[in-house]
Amino acid sequence: MKTKFFRQISNIYIGMIFIYLYLPIFIVVVYSFNKSMAGTEWMGFTMDWYRKLFKDLNVIIAFKNSLTIAIVSTVISSIIGTIGAVGLYKYNFKGKNLVEGLLDITIVIPEVIMGIALLMYFSQMRFPLGIGTLVLSHTTFSIPFVFIVVKSRLAGFDSSIEDAAMDLGASRFKVFTSIILPLILPGILSGAMIAFVLSFDDVIINFFVSGPESTTLPIKIFSMLRFGLSPEINALCTLMLLITFGILIMVQFIKTMGTKKV
Amino acid sequence: MKKNPFKILILGITSVCFIFALSACSIQSKPTSDNSEKVVNLFTWANYVPDSVVNEFEKQTGIKVNYSNFSTNEEMLAKLQASRGSEYDVVICSDYIIEVMGKQKNILMQPIDKAKIPNYKNVDPQFLNQVYDKGNKYSMPYTLGSQMIVYNSEKVNFPIRGYKDLWNPALKNSLVLVDDPRIVLGMTLKKLGYSMNETDSKKLDQAKQDLLKLKPNVKVLDADTPHNSLINGDTTVGFMYGSQASAAVKANPKFKIVYPEEGMNAEEDNFIIPIKAPHKENAEKFINFMLDGKISNEATTANEYVNTNKAAKKYMSKEYLNNRAVFIPDSELKRAERFRDVGSATKTYDLIWSEFKQR
Repeated sequence: MKTKFFRQISNIYIGMIFIYLYLPIFIVVVYSFNKSMAGTEWMGFTMDWYRKLFKDLNVIIAFKNSLTIAIVSTVISSIIGTIGAVGLYKYNFKGKNLVEGLLDITIVIPEVIMGIALLMYFSQMRFPLGIGTLVLSHTTFSIPFVFIVVKSRLAGFDSSIEDAAMDLGASRFKVFTSIILPLILPGILSGAMIAFVLSFDDVIINFFVSGPESTTLPIKIFSMLRFGLSPEINALCTLMLLITFGILIMVQFIKTMGTKKV
Repeated sequence: MKKNPFKILILGITSVCFIFALSACSIQSKPTSDNSEKVVNLFTWANYVPDSVVNEFEKQTGIKVNYSNFSTNEEMLAKLQASRGSEYDVVICSDYIIEVMGKQKNILMQPIDKAKIPNYKNVDPQFLNQVYDKGNKYSMPYTLGSQMIVYNSEKVNFPIRGYKDLWNPALKNSLVLVDDPRIVLGMTLKKLGYSMNETDSKKLDQAKQDLLKLKPNVKVLDADTPHNSLINGDTTVGFMYGSQASAAVKANPKFKIVYPEEGMNAEEDNFIIPIKAPHKENAEKFINFMLDGKISNEATTANEYVNTNKAAKKYMSKEYLNNRAVFIPDSELKRAERFRDVGSATKTYDLIWSEFKQR
C-alpha cells in the first residue's frame, strides 16, 4: 500500500520534471505550424513557414555551413581527444596532473572570453575569417569534452586484458586497434556527440570568428529577431532540434549495436 | 581474436577523419578575394534585404551576394574593428553607430564616391545631411524607422493624441512599451518638452520622477514582440516600432495608430563601405542598385520600414500608402527628432532605466 503510494508520487514527480523540460520545446515545434504571423493564438495548421524556409537560399547556405563545421570539427576533435586520453592513461610523466587540469580549465572558460581571444589571435595572425577559423575554434572547445568522456571510460578499463594480449604476442598497435579502441568506442561516440551538438548550436564563438561567407544557422536565427519572433524562426528551431535529436538517436543506436557485439 | 568487426569500422573511421582534416585545411587556405571577383559581401540583419531583391541584383549584374548577419550594431562594430575594416563590402547599420564610428581615431568607413552612385539623387533630401554624418561623406540612407502609439479602439474610451495620454490613470496596468532605455526615456523627455538627447542631470532627474509615475500603467516591456501582448489582449495601448505596430493592425483593424503630437523619433539605417572593402566597385554597384526607386519600394514593402527614396513613391502600392505604420507623412518626419550619442550621460540613462524596471 505504502510502496504503491510512493511509486505514484515518484511517477508524478518524474512526469512534472519532463513537462518542465520538454513543454517549452514542444510549444516551439507546435507553433512552427501556426498560420498566424503574430504567433500568440492558434489560427490553424500550415506548412507555409517550412516552404518559405526551403525557398530562402540564405537559410540553406547557413544550414550547410553549420553542418560542415560541426562534422569536420567533431571528427578532428574526436581524434585528438581520444589520442590525448589514451596517451594520458597509458603513460605517467612529470606534470601529468597539470596537463589534465589545464584541459579541464578550457571547459569552464566563459565562451565570450574564448571568442574574443580567438578573434584577436586570428586577426593578429592575419588569418582570413571563415569556415576554416570556425572549424579550428570549434575543434578547440570540443577537444576537452571528448577527452573527459573517453578518460572516464578508460578509468574502468581492466589493464590485464592488455597485458594478456601483449603476452600472446600482439603489437602495441594491434592492442590499441583490437582491444582498447573497441572498448572505448562508446565513450568516443558520446564525446563526439557532445562535440557535434556544442558546435552545431554555438552562437557566441561563431559570432566572433565567422567571416562574410560563413553565417551559421544560430547566428541567422538571432539576427532574424530584429523583425520579431515569427513562425519562420520556430520552423528553423524545429529543424535544428530534428538534427540534434537525429544525431542523438543515431549515436545511441550505434552504441547499443556495438555493446551487443563485443 | 580472428575477426574483429570493429577493426574494419575503426580503420574506416580513421581514414575518413584524415580526409576530412585535410579538406578542412584546404577550406581555410582559400585565398582572399581580389577586386575582379564577382562577389559582394553584404553584412546586415537577416531578411532586412529581401531575397527577391538579392536575386534580382545577382541576375542583373552577375555578382554573387554573400549575405551575412549580425544582431546588434555593437556586434557589427566589434567585427569591423577586429578585421580592421576588411572582409565586408557593404554594411547596413543604424545612424548612431555611424556617428560613433565617425568619431573614432581609425575611421573604419571609406568615403563614398557619389559619382559612382548615380541613384544617390533618388534619396529624399530631407533624410540627407544628418548630424551623424554631415554631407553624407560615409553613408547613404536605406530606410528609416520610428516608434508610434498603437491603441485598441474598442477598449480605450478617451482620445489618445500624444505621449502625455499614456500617463492617464485610466490605463492602469494596460500599457506595453518597447524594452529600450533610449526610446522610453526619450518619450518621457519629449512629454516634458525637452530633447530626446537631454544630458542635463536636473532634467534627467525630472524625467526619472515622471517615468516612475508611469510605472503603474506599464504591464509589459518587450523588445522584439510588443505587438503580441496587444493582439492577445493583455494590454490595450502600446508604444513600439512601426513594423511592430503594423503587425498589430494587420492582425486586427481595431488597433489604431497615433503619431504623438509632441513629436516622433526617427532613426535611419544606412549603407556604408568599410575602409578596406575587398570588392569596392561591386559595393558601389550594389548600393546604386538598392537606391533604384523600384527596388527601394520592393525592399520597404517587404521589411515594413519607412521608405527614404523619392523615386520609390510612384511604385508604392495602395496598401503601403494606406499603412500608417510605414507610410508616415513628411510633416511628421520633418519635425521628428534623431537620437544622438549622449556621451557620459549614457550611464545616467541606464541607471534611471534599471530603477524603473526594478520598481
